[in-house]
Amino acid sequence: MENLRKKKKPVSRRAFLQSMGGGAVGAGVVSRVLGKESLSVQAGPGDMEIVSSGTLSLSVNGKKLKVTAEAGETLLEVLREKLRLTGAKRVCNRGECGGCTVLLNGKPVYACHTLALQADGAEVLTVEGLADGDKLHPVQQAFIDKDGYQCGFCTPGFIMASVGLLKKNAKPTFDEIRAGLAGNLCRCGNYQKIYAAVGAAADVLGRT
Amino acid sequence: MKLTPPIEDAYLEYAEQAKPQGTQSAATAPTGSTGSPAPQPKPGEFKYIGKYTPRVDGRKIVTGAARYTHDLTFEGMLYAKILRSPHASAELVSIDLTEALALPGVKAGLKLKEGRIKWVGEPVAAVAAVSERRAEEALALIKVEYNILPHVVAPDKAMEPGAPQVPDQGGNVIKSNDYTRGDAEKGFKEADVVLERTYKTSWEVHQPTETHGSVAMWDGDDLTVWDSTQAVQSVRDGLARALAIPAGRVKVLKEYMGGGFGSKLGVGDYTVTAARLAKEAGRPVKITLTRRENSYCVGYRPSAWMTVKVGARKDGTLTALTLKNTNCGGVGRGDRVAEPYSDMYKCPNVKIEENAVYVNACGSRATRAPGHTQAMLGLEGMMEELAAKLGMDPLELRMKNFAAKDKGDTGIAYSTKGLEQCYRLGAEKIGWSRRNKKPGAGGGKVRTGIGMASQIWPGAGTPGTLADVKLYPDGSVEVECGTQDIGTGTRTHMALVVAETLGLEPQDVVVHLGNSDLPWAPISGGSLTVPSVAPAVRDAALKAAEYLKTLASKKLGLPPADIVLENRRAASHADPTKAIELKELARGIPRPLPFHGERGDYPATFAFQTFGVQFAEVEVDTETGKVRVKKVVAVHDIGRVINRQTAESQVLGGVTQGMSAALFEEKVMDAQTGAMVNPNYHDYKVATSMDIPEIVPLFADIVDERLNNLGTKGLGEPPRIPASAVIANAVYNALGVHVREIPMTPARVLAALKRKEDRP
Repeated sequence: MENLRKKKKPVSRRAFLQSMGGGAVGAGVVSRVLGKESLSVQAGPGDMEIVSSGTLSLSVNGKKLKVTAEAGETLLEVLREKLRLTGAKRVCNRGECGGCTVLLNGKPVYACHTLALQADGAEVLTVEGLADGDKLHPVQQAFIDKDGYQCGFCTPGFIMASVGLLKKNAKPTFDEIRAGLAGNLCRCGNYQKIYAAVGAAADVLGRT
Repeated sequence: MKLTPPIEDAYLEYAEQAKPQGTQSAATAPTGSTGSPAPQPKPGEFKYIGKYTPRVDGRKIVTGAARYTHDLTFEGMLYAKILRSPHASAELVSIDLTEALALPGVKAGLKLKEGRIKWVGEPVAAVAAVSERRAEEALALIKVEYNILPHVVAPDKAMEPGAPQVPDQGGNVIKSNDYTRGDAEKGFKEADVVLERTYKTSWEVHQPTETHGSVAMWDGDDLTVWDSTQAVQSVRDGLARALAIPAGRVKVLKEYMGGGFGSKLGVGDYTVTAARLAKEAGRPVKITLTRRENSYCVGYRPSAWMTVKVGARKDGTLTALTLKNTNCGGVGRGDRVAEPYSDMYKCPNVKIEENAVYVNACGSRATRAPGHTQAMLGLEGMMEELAAKLGMDPLELRMKNFAAKDKGDTGIAYSTKGLEQCYRLGAEKIGWSRRNKKPGAGGGKVRTGIGMASQIWPGAGTPGTLADVKLYPDGSVEVECGTQDIGTGTRTHMALVVAETLGLEPQDVVVHLGNSDLPWAPISGGSLTVPSVAPAVRDAALKAAEYLKTLASKKLGLPPADIVLENRRAASHADPTKAIELKELARGIPRPLPFHGERGDYPATFAFQTFGVQFAEVEVDTETGKVRVKKVVAVHDIGRVINRQTAESQVLGGVTQGMSAALFEEKVMDAQTGAMVNPNYHDYKVATSMDIPEIVPLFADIVDERLNNLGTKGLGEPPRIPASAVIANAVYNALGVHVREIPMTPARVLAALKRKEDRP
């Protein structure tokens, strides 16, 4: 098993994205199925080494961790299955609904669409790490006050997307809230109350 | 090998349970299990009931602590995957699991099918392995031999002579309903205007965010199953039947569930499979369907092709109404849509014929307001088209044919019917006078329209529902019911009813539900939960309150009738300074004391239904065919509202889902392969943030004192029922031509605009 940290040139997010374009991730998955640890494939203009698994260091909810992940493994799988942080949900598992939204270095990402190895060295914040001890984050409190949920399954994703939105835009207009949450799907259809919750949270955050 | 029985037609059980099903004694007042008349509190007396109460479990949901079936992991747990048929019609020749079982990490395997395959996705075999990925790898090693047969997936093709036969016998078309009242032919002769139109609905998939899934764990002969379900009791009973073990050995648990909308009302084949694999492997087994499987293997709303013919006098009086409906629910019998046609409007002459067509697709399942939702596109569409033909206000036409009794004013009187108030309130809020008096009169590239559609649905609740309220010597209070919270706020409504009755705060009450061992409650479907559970909880809490008052009267030396329970105290009504804290009072309780409550019966001498109306304003771009919904006003008469906060949310959801089905949602089948071509959230488009209009949820607040001890009806289905039809009618008002088929995709809107016939 390779340790990414020890490599001379750690694989950057950019390299991974490029490798995805070259179909190398598929090759990585094949190698895993075949039981091999790594292989080299032609990926664009030059040869590059592809890892099939590695150990990544990351901070999750403020805790520094080292986790082993396979090349095809997503951040969502690592969070849910290895770290038992089940707040982020597996809903569509293909980047269509935002149910798995977490903050990666402060920005909302779909954890189902983020390779675990892409999170190497990153700070990950999930819904479990949002409250300050017993004190809920204003977005969380607003979702309770405004009934910004029904079944609650999409809620962690909506909350993290809302936190991400308010980090970028502290005073969003109604239309900016709508647009900011356009990547998240609530099948129960409670959008109007979710908008109200985000608006209320923005007011609270603006006052503090 | 004994094979898992297929899960037939979830609708049947659902429809049975959703209907009013009291023994309907001729009693004039509702009774609790004690038989004593339940007191009817006046609205002003309530501190919580009818007000806004945030969910008591909100903190768990917003912190990610709420545990859904997807989130569960147990020591040694295996992951199961199901191999599904890629063929829509085939004879299964053989299944060979040898290689799959030889793969390291694969711990159990099952054959699930023999004989004829009838739809793409039918379970064929299953494996359990140490990881989901390993299980997937194992599926690829299962060898299945099929003898492929011809298939048919389009209802019109299935009705053609010589079409591949879907059922083993009896043909592809069966009569599913027949209803006659009066003489329709005579009624048409009496009419000044006769209109006939055909309206069509599509296959709408539930697509709950949490895909169907279960975890099964055996302890000797006892089975515990965690299931993403709307019905822990039904899953318990279904598992016991499928596994041929006593129901008392099965426990079904569900703490949180990510949406169901009717698709999770009974035991799933995947749940039975997980239990059998767990037995074989001797380890817990988890099964979680993928989004893809969820899209084509666990049901959808069956389609309806409704030819509606109506006769009316010049003043709008209906003289005859006929419906010919062809419904299609794959290999299932689908829905009947007759009830709104036979009951909604005053009409002496009605004839309804319904057929079901079988095709090679998985069976449909109950989908939020089965039948009624499809019905309203046709019935309420026709009312708008008829109003235009008569040159009448569509609201006036509906009032002209208002039925105060069921069976279209020919049966027994509705106990309460607040539809008139709903009409008045809704019309005012939308600004009804702003509509195009003549549909399509607005003109221009982007046209605006306002439409309306009404709703009827039982929502009376299920007599015999049980709940316990327990007082503990430490002063704490618990309420238990074998119901489930499917996202509607059941925990909160139970807590607030107890709090209201015992003078506590909702968060003081410990709520237990989602466990099949708890006192019996019906499925959470059919708008049954609140009108079943809340009265049972109220009954139990009233008994606990009597006990506490008696205890307090002894301690305080006052007559029990003078004691009130409020602000966590038992106090004298005459002199509030004479009081005792409930916690202190509870120290006089020798042991935990349960008080059993039951949702009593309701009288047979009245009919009980929910009613409502929605008004919508839309914009239609006549160049692109794109519809944008600007505003929806929803007004419903559901008796007494228990928690306005969660009730409003349910209305928002019903409106949103209806709008989504009206504009976007359609399960598209490929004729060649017999497979669904859009089994994901990208290609199966669901309304999301940028599509959402302003929605105004309102309630008539009419307490039905005869129905139960809280005068409350159900709300799950009502807001969904008119929600697609109202968009179609608003589009009609904008364009002057009714699209008559949902989803109203831009292509269908543009095609309708080109239509020359049937314009007002």
